[in-house]
Amino acid sequence: MNGILAALRKDLLLTWRGRLQIVAVFAFGAAALLLFSFAIGPDSSALRQHAAGFLWLAMLLASTLSLAESFERELEERALTGLLLLPVSAAVLYYGKAIANLIQLALVGVLLVPVMVILYDAGTLRLLPLLGVIVLGAAGLSAPGTLYAAMTAQARARQALLPLLLFPLVVPVLLAAVKATSLLVLGDPMGQIRPWATLLAAFAVIHLSLCGLLFGRVVDEG
Amino acid sequence: MNATSRAGFAPALVALGAALLCAGSVWGLAFAPPEVFMGEVQRIMYVHVPTAWNAMLVLTYAFACALAFLFTNHWKWDSRLEAALEMGVVLSLLLCTQGAIWAKPTWGVWWDWDPRLTTTAVLVFAFGGILALRAFVDDPARRAVWSAVACVIAFADVPIVYFSVKWWNSLHQSQSSPETVSKAFHWPLRINAFGILFLWTGLVAFRARVAALRLHGEIDVQPPAKLPATSLPRPKGVW
Repeated sequence: MNGILAALRKDLLLTWRGRLQIVAVFAFGAAALLLFSFAIGPDSSALRQHAAGFLWLAMLLASTLSLAESFERELEERALTGLLLLPVSAAVLYYGKAIANLIQLALVGVLLVPVMVILYDAGTLRLLPLLGVIVLGAAGLSAPGTLYAAMTAQARARQALLPLLLFPLVVPVLLAAVKATSLLVLGDPMGQIRPWATLLAAFAVIHLSLCGLLFGRVVDEG
Repeated sequence: MNATSRAGFAPALVALGAALLCAGSVWGLAFAPPEVFMGEVQRIMYVHVPTAWNAMLVLTYAFACALAFLFTNHWKWDSRLEAALEMGVVLSLLLCTQGAIWAKPTWGVWWDWDPRLTTTAVLVFAFGGILALRAFVDDPARRAVWSAVACVIAFADVPIVYFSVKWWNSLHQSQSSPETVSKAFHWPLRINAFGILFLWTGLVAFRARVAALRLHGEIDVQPPAKLPATSLPRPKGVW
């Protein structure tokens, strides 16, 4: 547990020192939100209907940037090799980085919500459930994303490879997060949000445990 | 590398599979009665349903190969994984195509967001992505471990994708199996199922042999049967 906290602290410190990167990822997401509205046209009711989908697509696209970055900086000057020499299991490094990625993505998501409210007039006052959905969705994206970023950062054609591997895998996250956010924004008369949130949580738990188990094999320096 | 000797039965399997597939298809197209509601269109079931069974089977085999590689570190499982992944992607693509051809006259649309259709499409992309990963990693040891890991995760993801899409939307008819269809349809369905089964096992054996030979060239003249010791699980790891 201490190891995970130390790894998390290291990754958050790195993120804080390079905080301009979060701003860039947020700007990318906001630009995507702006562009999506051109696909639908200036029909404000249609935009409002699709706002949640646009928010999560922007999150998904932005996540590939921040996930890839989180491992590329570990490869500079063979930092990863140094980390693997530490007397902790590789799973500890994985959980530290996955949680750091989760926090970073959730932050981007929280920052993108006001953009969604302004552009699409799709707001909600149920802020706590919305925050919960964003955190669970960010966990679902960063759990497999952190593992795949570790692979693709060391492969050729890495910019294409990470989305190619990650996008089909996180279809359940996208579906559930869009549904849950939509229900929050457009109203939820049947109380359907709970099963979708449960699906998000289950996805995150399954992938966090599976990827934690497999991460040691992936980062083997050989 | 014992894959060279093991491909001996592959030509026989491919020939038997092709013959069975021809026999079953001729039976299904010419001799089996047309279905009451869908008419002649339904005859695509004789390839569609066996393709679906075999696609699931070959991807399950790929998952087994990935697990076997991760536990034993034996190269032969990497070659088999490569062969099974390619066959799985091909069969899933065929499945989507056949489904679309059947859906247009029956449902009136090429595509529908039903759980099985969508899950198959996701499968094509998920396992196709692993093939891309294999193409872009040059180090054979890393390529083997990474694709095995990605395969395990993708396979574990399949049921979640299926149920999430099921909650999201549903329209597909329930699965066809010998219990749900009329007795007149049984034989062509079974013959084609075994035809495709023999065909893919033979082709996968061939393809695994090609992969093993390429691995030969990549690693050394005499490659070690297992991963070198440096790539074995780290002692401090969770393994």
